Amino acid sequence: MSSYLPHTQAEVKAMLEAIGVKSIDDLFAEIPAELRLNRPLDLPDGLSESEVVDEMNDLAQLNYGANELLCFLGAGIYDHYIPSAINHLLLRGDFFTAYTPYQAEISQGTLQAIYEYQSLICGLTGMDVSNASMYEAGTALVEALNMAKAQTGRTRVVIPETVHPEYRRVAKTINTQMGIEIVTVPFEDGVTDMAKLAEVVNDSTAAVVAGYPNFFGSVEDLEALANVAHNVGALLVVTADPVSLGLLTAPGDLGADIVCGEGQSLGIPMSFGGPSLGFMACKEALLRKVPGRITGATVDKTGRRGFVLTLQAREQHIRREKAGSNICSNQALMALNATIYMSLLGRDGIRDVANQSFQKAHHLKKELAARVPAVSFPFAAPFMNEFVIKVPNAKKLLLKMAKQGVLGGVALERWFPTLKDHLLVAVTEKRTAEDIDYYCELLGGLTS
Amino acid sequence: MTEPLIFELSADGRRGYTLPKLDVPEIDPADHIPSKMLRREIPLPSLCEVDVVRHFTRLSRLNHAVDVGFYPLGSCTMKYNPKINEDMARLPGFATIHPYQPEETIQGALALLHNLEHALAEICGMDAFTLQPAAGAHGELTGLLIIKAYHRKKKNAKAKTKILIPDAGHGTNPASAAMLGFEVVNIRTSPRGGIDLDDLRAKATPDVAGLMLTNPNTLGLFDENLTEIAKIVHGVDGLLYYDGANLNAIMGWSRPGDMGFDIVHVNLHKTFSTPHGGGGPGSGPVGVKAHLAGFLPSPRISFDGKKFKVTDKHADSIGPVRTFLGSFGVLVRAYTYIITLGAEGLKDASSYAVLNANYMMRRLQKTYKLAYDRTCKHEFVLSGKPFAEKGVKTLDIAKRLLDYGYHAPTVYFPLIVEEAIMIEPTETESKQTMDEFITVMEQIAAEAMTDPEKVKGAPYNTPVTRLDEALAARKPDINFFKRRP
Amino acid sequence: MNPPNLKYTKEHEWARIEGKKAVIGITEYAAHQLGDVVFVDMPLVGTKLEKGKTFGVVESVKTVSDIFAPLSGKVTKKNDELDAEPANVNTDPYGKGWILEIELSNPAEADEMIDAAAYEKHCETCGH
Repeated sequence: MSSYLPHTQAEVKAMLEAIGVKSIDDLFAEIPAELRLNRPLDLPDGLSESEVVDEMNDLAQLNYGANELLCFLGAGIYDHYIPSAINHLLLRGDFFTAYTPYQAEISQGTLQAIYEYQSLICGLTGMDVSNASMYEAGTALVEALNMAKAQTGRTRVVIPETVHPEYRRVAKTINTQMGIEIVTVPFEDGVTDMAKLAEVVNDSTAAVVAGYPNFFGSVEDLEALANVAHNVGALLVVTADPVSLGLLTAPGDLGADIVCGEGQSLGIPMSFGGPSLGFMACKEALLRKVPGRITGATVDKTGRRGFVLTLQAREQHIRREKAGSNICSNQALMALNATIYMSLLGRDGIRDVANQSFQKAHHLKKELAARVPAVSFPFAAPFMNEFVIKVPNAKKLLLKMAKQGVLGGVALERWFPTLKDHLLVAVTEKRTAEDIDYYCELLGGLTS
Repeated sequence: MTEPLIFELSADGRRGYTLPKLDVPEIDPADHIPSKMLRREIPLPSLCEVDVVRHFTRLSRLNHAVDVGFYPLGSCTMKYNPKINEDMARLPGFATIHPYQPEETIQGALALLHNLEHALAEICGMDAFTLQPAAGAHGELTGLLIIKAYHRKKKNAKAKTKILIPDAGHGTNPASAAMLGFEVVNIRTSPRGGIDLDDLRAKATPDVAGLMLTNPNTLGLFDENLTEIAKIVHGVDGLLYYDGANLNAIMGWSRPGDMGFDIVHVNLHKTFSTPHGGGGPGSGPVGVKAHLAGFLPSPRISFDGKKFKVTDKHADSIGPVRTFLGSFGVLVRAYTYIITLGAEGLKDASSYAVLNANYMMRRLQKTYKLAYDRTCKHEFVLSGKPFAEKGVKTLDIAKRLLDYGYHAPTVYFPLIVEEAIMIEPTETESKQTMDEFITVMEQIAAEAMTDPEKVKGAPYNTPVTRLDEALAARKPDINFFKRRP
Repeated sequence: MNPPNLKYTKEHEWARIEGKKAVIGITEYAAHQLGDVVFVDMPLVGTKLEKGKTFGVVESVKTVSDIFAPLSGKVTKKNDELDAEPANVNTDPYGKGWILEIELSNPAEADEMIDAAAYEKHCETCGH
């Protein structure tokens, strides 16, 4: 019997007696014979813990991650440094083995942490309201577009190609089945084509979406995008990278109505893309349309400050088919992870991380321009810590680079047929001048 | 016992993390990014590492958790979360891989996902699985998108407008269906606690797209009429969707696929021991029968005998329901659990979960009203109604339990039982733990009769007492920077 | 107590009819059943209500309830004070807790509403 089962033979016997049955089989007697599995599950036998570790190590060793290779990949998931204290705190069983804080009196730790998370996200994004988290960026955008539909009573949304193609695909899968029509707009020099945008935005538009930085790493003129949206009564929905907001003006100060996105960069392991953190924040006017859990401050019977899940009447467990969203489980532990990260970094730390990522990305671009003649740069738009390069035989090149210790970029062709041989390259504060030098040297050698 | 907010502990100039010195020539961001886009104020707090560690350690101590004590929360399967799972998810070969790496560098991760898909398919009796969905509700949405795609492919989508859901179903079921524009039709529960077959027959009209069902249901009861239910729903070309929230009751005993279900979701954070994390992350993989496999979300994982591949071109696929291939770290934990327990261990888990629930039910029905008096599966529902005469509600009993160091059961759900108290002990609790809890439940029942005011005022021994939820909702204070004066 | 000068519905709404206008709200019984009201979702001024159809929602801490139009008509005023003080629905359901003022499109519908005495009798039958 597994070490997770505490039952002794004597206890089992006593329990069966108390129930009034002879065997455990009797407790399954009402399952009709034709619905029973009359054979063992076709799975291997159980293993001891040391055997489990061996088997899992064997699998893990078939992967070559950022622990072994120099990671210049981004596109939503970034290799930022994760301070040690985070893992120690996350491993406290009082946090990770707790359920959703429905019994507030014995869940103040989780509830207060969520309140702090909501406040930090609001501070970073310049928004009034944040929920307690969403699954990840794609589904967060889906919910943001659904909010825009509910708020405006309109069903058309405009998502430029500069928004992460995976987020756009998820929106296509889900939003179009919710009665939302998605219109795309091409890019021009790495940013949204404003002339084309103006052509498709009209008084049936519920929302205009913008990436900040956008998928190509470029910094869009959010104010201009906000004006286009607001002129027709549509909302501006921004998908933002929270670490970049250490250097970039809060989207709320540039006209965003909803800011959502991928929070993995806030100290969460890349972990093959999940579990990560979807975040969702908005202006006060949208408070009643926000999906998911929200924590609020209140007082107990003796007047002490305490926290509860609040505005619950919006949610599925109360409103059932009339709820605006079906979300129940969220990413609470990842929100806690991000909260600890933001607390450790603080206002100076997050600026430093954003700035170093910015500095090093610009250094790489400059070095590539000077040293690797095969590389060209299709876009001149301002960028944060990620940019696009063009290089011959890009896909084969990536494999060659990986063999020499470098994850060199994300090939864009899979989403953009016109961007064959284009790579999206990201740089974080973790990459050193030496790493950048090696990247240039390797790319130079492989393309000469 | 309260803890200051992180903002109240802040002092300008402190920092909890330092970066290496910038080792590339520094440039002025203002030369590269328009100045209106460059940030001036960042309203984050400033603390040093020890402040942060103490703050969150103190906060953690205000929580109840499985690692602290018994957590009999019905429908949530709060079983023990093995420590080894945490270590495995943190192996650098898993934790540091990026979703856009070349396939050649992530063969171990793809193998793990492939193996997990197959293990779940075997446990559920399904033919193919996707691991993408991030939670149970997300799995439901995925399953309903597949139901839509199935009817669309048959050029019948416009006619298939209704989803049938038992009145005892989880709130996520109707919410998921309504999100996708389905009309929700409730099916009555029979006096025996299963689906009312007459009501189902009456409502199974040609416009029905599918039925969503939990089995054992939210009353903890196994519906013996599944074969008939499947016949009725399939008879109008509806699909059967299995909400796997209660799979922990039947692993190795019975499989949704063999019951006639076409689509299932499983909650890895319930049945497969991954931690709830204070509300998430969960994971809600979705399995289907072969005739629906083509509709599963892309990308999918394939194996040609030598190499694992991620394939993205599937003509009938509903498309991706999230970014990347799933909540990988959660999937690693669940896989660790499955290989640890093996075939026999998984069946044992269900056997002992059911034994524990029946034991507690039989003992507690002497003091509390049992809603349905028959053998239960992994959970059962009591009613707190006997104490109404003293003005004591189920909520009061729940709050009083907190004083004794327990988490309360699920209360006021399912909606069809008045003053419901839903208890799910799970298999990882000992007779000793359950006996202690039963004694406390009996004590509270006695208190409710002799000293109802005491129960109504509970809890007393918790970090805070009952909180003013009306104030919280009437004048929301949900952001420190816009707090209530 | 339910004021005798008002008309009621079995769905627990009240109306104070003055000529072609009516002020409407939910009854004390309904407010009590809901518990602490935390939010009232009201339609915009100008919205047309149809008798018997839902026009808004009252939220309490742990439940929500649809509000049904007791009479048909066009919304001429809404009680914006409830945004800041939703508790008025509990403390003063027939006064400060009013929800909408409407201009009646079919004043004859008032005859289908019941008086205070009949309403009280009705409440006794729904008591739990």
